Amino acid sequence: MASAATLSSTEPYLCLQGLSKVYATRDGPVRALDQVSVSESRGEFLSVLGPSGCGKSTLLMIAAGLLPPSSGAVTIDGKPVTRPRTDIGIVFQSPVLLEWRTALGNVMLQAEAKKLERAAAETRARELLASVGLAGFEAKYPHELSGGMRQRVSLCRALIHDPPQLLMDEPFGALDALTRDQLNLDLQQIWNERRMTVLFITHSIAEAIFLSDRVMVMTPRPGRIDRVIDIDLPRPRTLAMRETPAFAKYSREILDLLLARGVLREH
Amino acid sequence: MPDADNPTARPYASLSIEEVEANVQRNLARRESRERVSAVVYPVGVVLAVFVLWEAGTRAFGIPTFLLPPPSIIAVSMTANAPLLLVHGWVTTVEIMLGFLLSIVVGIPLALAIFLSPPFARSILPLLVSSQAMPKVAVAPLLLVWFGFGLLPKVLIAFLIAFFPVVINTAVGLASIEPEKIDLARSMGFGPVATFFKIRLPNALPAIFGGLKISITLAVVGAVVGEFVGGDAGLGYLLMVANGSMDTALLFAGLVALTVLGVVLFLLIEITERLAVPRHIISGNPAARESM
Repeated sequence: MASAATLSSTEPYLCLQGLSKVYATRDGPVRALDQVSVSESRGEFLSVLGPSGCGKSTLLMIAAGLLPPSSGAVTIDGKPVTRPRTDIGIVFQSPVLLEWRTALGNVMLQAEAKKLERAAAETRARELLASVGLAGFEAKYPHELSGGMRQRVSLCRALIHDPPQLLMDEPFGALDALTRDQLNLDLQQIWNERRMTVLFITHSIAEAIFLSDRVMVMTPRPGRIDRVIDIDLPRPRTLAMRETPAFAKYSREILDLLLARGVLREH
Repeated sequence: MPDADNPTARPYASLSIEEVEANVQRNLARRESRERVSAVVYPVGVVLAVFVLWEAGTRAFGIPTFLLPPPSIIAVSMTANAPLLLVHGWVTTVEIMLGFLLSIVVGIPLALAIFLSPPFARSILPLLVSSQAMPKVAVAPLLLVWFGFGLLPKVLIAFLIAFFPVVINTAVGLASIEPEKIDLARSMGFGPVATFFKIRLPNALPAIFGGLKISITLAVVGAVVGEFVGGDAGLGYLLMVANGSMDTALLFAGLVALTVLGVVLFLLIEITERLAVPRHIISGNPAARESM
């Protein structure tokens, strides 16, 4: 890829090599991913943007070690991934909270899985919840929280063990526009403090540019890499920055790609 | 003069937001207290009305007591036969509880095996389904031949009728879970056992309790059927005796005792459910459907 050169100085952390995924169905094979290769250096924020059904989620599941690729390989620091990666944090499109556990209890699930020392983990869980504006909501059950709050709990659960990588599958796709903006700001803040490596799946052009160091645009089914775009905007980014010519240039570039591939059609 | 463009000029529209707030809250409190009262008064009123009509009807039309005794005669019979009802009621309770416990002890492991092993599920399901299609009342005489007139055949009939909903609900409850929850557990590093106890089992509890509630009511039916076919004790036996001696008031007294027993056992399961499962995710609770 063209943009790989710009990051060649740093050694890759996550490396996806020639990933293909084909699903067998009664109506014949369905190609989800076709020869996708991309690597991510430590601390990088990479977004994957593409239309529904382009295999973005499949890519994330393979990167998480939760789904085996049909061909190709995933490596972390050069070591192949053959089982679920348990050191990472995952955020799905739906919050995937346990309804019978409180907000705090849901965050603590990760601590229980990692066998973290309970008291320290609980302190940390409370700090995390407070940092995303959920102080005072620790004892609430998921059904008592709004969609945005649930997704924040899910984010805290993915962060409590201080993972080196965060995998996010359209995490804010189901939220209203204002909540989404706020969570973008929150995520940028968290990333700024911890600098974990993020693989972020989205189909929002603005969100991808706002958050990312690089945006990988995918073609419609089967998913191939269309172009990888470096986002050279100063950080921390502000919402107002979305209205600047530099930002507009990037969204125009992505828009043109989507129009050219027929993902979007102007009548 | 009222000015349409200036609402503050209209005196009748000048409630402050605090006053509106107070009104709205007061209305809500009134409506809720009305609903609380009617939740008790209406059903009690209907039951009383039925009794009054029943009492008046049987007297007015001179219906013979052996056909339909009025509630007052049934009440008299219940008081007079209280020791009898208690003794036989206890026998039936033991049969029901043993049959129900057997349903759990057999049903839940069976459901687990069905869930864990698709080949086992495919092998056992036809047998399970046909065991349900077969009328248990018809099997009762056979069990009597095999196990005599004692406790065992009644417990077995109660079990045969009651275990099916436990198996089905548990198996369905264990299987129905968002796939993301399982992906999440794997990525967190939970092994199969921890995933089962921390995620899959709690997720299935509302369905399992749904099955237990059906099961306990069916166990009552099973025990009574067993006593009908061959028994020397229990409320079912008492019903047969009352029937044989044309003591319809005692028959009704036995029916009332069985109803009370069934309701109490059902409530015991519900209380256990309340203790085991947070209120908002008990199945049938609308709040459960709102949450993800």
